[in-house]
Order: sequence, then structure tokens, then C-alpha cells
Amino acid sequence: MSEKVMNFEEKLKRLEEIVSLLEGGQCSLEAATELFDEGMKLSAECDRMLDTAVRKITEISPEQESEK
Amino acid sequence: MIAMDKFVFTVSELNRYVRSVLESDRNLSSLFVSGEITDFTDHYRSGHLYFSLGDGQAKIKCVMFKSAAAWLKFRPKNGMKVICRGRASVYERDGSYQFYCEDMQPDGVGALAVAFEQLKAKLEREGLFDSAKKRPLPEIPERVGVITSDTGAAVRDIFSVSERRFPMAEIVFCPALVQGVDAPESLIKALRTLYRERPDVIIIGRGGGSAEDLSVFNDEALARTVAASPVPVVSAVGHETDFTICDFAADLRAPTPSAAAELVFPDVSQIEDRIAELRRQIRFSVRRCVDDRLVRLSALKGRDVLKYPARYFELKIQQTDTLSTRLKRSYADCVNAAAAEFKSAVIKLNALSPLGVILRGYAVVRHNGDIVTSASAVSAGDKINVTVGDGSINCTVDSTEVRVNE
Repeated sequence: MSEKVMNFEEKLKRLEEIVSLLEGGQCSLEAATELFDEGMKLSAECDRMLDTAVRKITEISPEQESEK
Repeated sequence: MIAMDKFVFTVSELNRYVRSVLESDRNLSSLFVSGEITDFTDHYRSGHLYFSLGDGQAKIKCVMFKSAAAWLKFRPKNGMKVICRGRASVYERDGSYQFYCEDMQPDGVGALAVAFEQLKAKLEREGLFDSAKKRPLPEIPERVGVITSDTGAAVRDIFSVSERRFPMAEIVFCPALVQGVDAPESLIKALRTLYRERPDVIIIGRGGGSAEDLSVFNDEALARTVAASPVPVVSAVGHETDFTICDFAADLRAPTPSAAAELVFPDVSQIEDRIAELRRQIRFSVRRCVDDRLVRLSALKGRDVLKYPARYFELKIQQTDTLSTRLKRSYADCVNAAAAEFKSAVIKLNALSPLGVILRGYAVVRHNGDIVTSASAVSAGDKINVTVGDGSINCTVDSTEVRVNE
């Protein structure tokens, strides 16, 4: 698995991908175990992100248009 | 300046004079006139517009030169009510008094509506509103851009909806003017600023207002900027029923800023449920995967070959014994057969043996080493040797007698 950092939505999509791979029933036992580990890890990460109670509002001012 | 002491003027001189009188009048050199357009012609080859403005009681001829007409945001038509800015003067060549129009705006709701329809049709023809260009909103936006007035209910509504539904998204708020002549430019600047920030989605809009307030969002340059956005844009101009040009240019239209926030921010509890469900499905699938293999393993372990492995050997032992026995038997048979053959051969040999004959009383007679088979082979006085069963006898022939066979 590549160590690319996924955003929340990508993690959720990968989670769903894992589910359909497992439900397909074509997995070897080793592959199923690996997918299980990855799935649990992803779902924990997603839950952690949703637990963030701090809401962030950034106000920026319109910049002067110096270039097109 | 024409000398006024000449009392017979040429027409040119007269017209020139009238023109200078009109043009020196401050009031006439820049004023606004409202009226309805009639007798409209635009000479496409020249690009200049010729028409009349009237108020039902009086008319004035008007011309709008191509350089000014090019800036028009709508196409003037007969029957349209407009307000024109320009100057009144005289066209010297034919002495016609006319109004030189430098700018024109639609006047009144009807006129505004026509201008709206014209702009909408124009941008639609250019493909700005194509549904193929519309992008879906991200399901789970992590950064949301917001452009609206920093006073008023719109911004508060958006913040409170986002807090309720999805507080973990970051909001990047760029305030802008949402009414008045400076509003479109302010909104465009805000959009360009946010485009550099690259949020996942942008909400642009304002709360309810008069038709004039909301017409800010019918600005052509603003609509083009919205259409050129690198991220999905939700247009939220507080109209329940009517649409603005921005609404068409955006990827999605919401009737109000609150509604836009509801569309943009997902419900976090739904997402949590979804994650929990996915986790459940993973556990279930893996358990089924394992159980499936357990069942197969059990079934295999139940087979005799694995359960009673000794039996397999017993079979082999039995097979070996059987073969062993057969081997021994057939070997014995061979030996016996050979022995029997040998015995019969011996008997045949014995039967043919002369020794047996001799034992029965017959004797072998030799004379000078040769076997005597006939009585005529010897004569009286010959020395002969007679071999019997247990030895030999040396004899002398007394007489011989040959038997005569009939």
C-alpha cells in the first residue's frame, strides 16, 4: 500500500472498497486479514476526524488584483 | 463665432449657430432622459444605433454611436423603456435636432426583465450554463469558501447550519458587498481570492432583498467569473422562486443561504452511522471468510483417510500379503511342475536304458570290440565278450546257427 495521505472522503471511499472486496468472497484468507486490518485502521481514523469538536473559521480579505 | 450682423445666413451657418447654442448650454450637454424606444434601427454595418425616444406626447430622435453602443449589456428594442445619458444637439447636415446617447439602462421592471432574458440567452448560447459543466458537490468538504456580506443574517445562518451539521469543516470566509453598484466588482474580487485558496466548494449569495438588490447577481462579469470557477460553486441568492444569472452559472442553486449550507455540509451523524455500518460489514465478511474455511477444514478432517489413517496401511498390508502368497504359490507350482517333468523324463530314460534290458537277462555280445548283432558275424573258435548286468564273461564260440525268418 502506498503511503499517500488520503483526505477524509478518500478514506471513506477506500473503506467502502474494502467492504465490497471482502463481500465478493474471492479473497484468500491472508488477503482478507490484511483488508480487515486496513479497514479497522481507516474507520478509526475517520471516527477520530469526526470527533474534532473545534470548528475553524478563517476570515480573509479580498486581495487587490495585481495580476490576471 | 459667427458675426451676427450679417442678417442673411446660409443654411450651414444657421445650423452651425443653433448647434453651438445648444452645445454651450450646460444643461443640455449632459443629462438623463427617460422614454420608450420607437423607430429603432441598428445599421449593422456601421454599428451605430438610430432610434427615437418618446413619452407618449413628444418624441426626440436619438443616435448612439458604435463606440458607446458596444458597452451595452442588453439589446435595445422597440417598446423598451430606458433611461439614456447623453447630450442634446443638432446634426448640422440635415438640421435635425437629436439626442446623442452615450449610455443606456433599462428602466422599470419590465425593461429589467427583458435585459435579464437577453443576457441569459446570450450566455446560454455561449455554453456557460451547460449541464455538462456542472460539477457535483464534494460529499465531505473539508474546506468551504463563503462569500457574502459580513453583516446580515446570511453569514450567521451559514455558520450556524455548518456548526449543527458538520463542525469539522473549515470555513474560509471572504466578505463582500452584496448591494449597490460596487457589489459585482467586490464579489468578483472575493471569488478570485477564494479561487487561490482552493476550498472544496464555495457558497456565494445573500439574504432576501428587493429586485434591485438581487439584480447585483445578474451582472455579466460576475456570472462569467462564477462559471470559470475551479471549484464547485453554490449560488444562494435569497429568492424563493426567481433565479438570477449567477444561479444559472453556478454548479448548484440554492433558494437561500441556509439552504445552501444544508446542501454543502453533510450531516455528521449520518457519516458516523455509515462508518459504523462499514465496520460491521467488514467484520461480518471476514468472519464469514474464516467460517467458510473452518467448515471446509472440518469436512476434510472427517474423511476416513485423515480420521483412520491406519486403515490405509492395513489395506496396503493386505495387498502385500495377498501378492506374497500368490508369489509363493506360483513358485511352488513352477517347482512342482519342473519336478514332475523331470521324473517322467527319468522314467522315459530308464525305459530306454539298455541297462534295464540287460538287467532283464539280455546280454551285449562284442567281438573284437564291435557289437555282434548277427550270428553270422562270428564263426566257431572266435573269442567273444559277453556283458551282463553285473559284469562280463569271456567266451569262445562253439558253433553258430542263423535262424531263417519266413
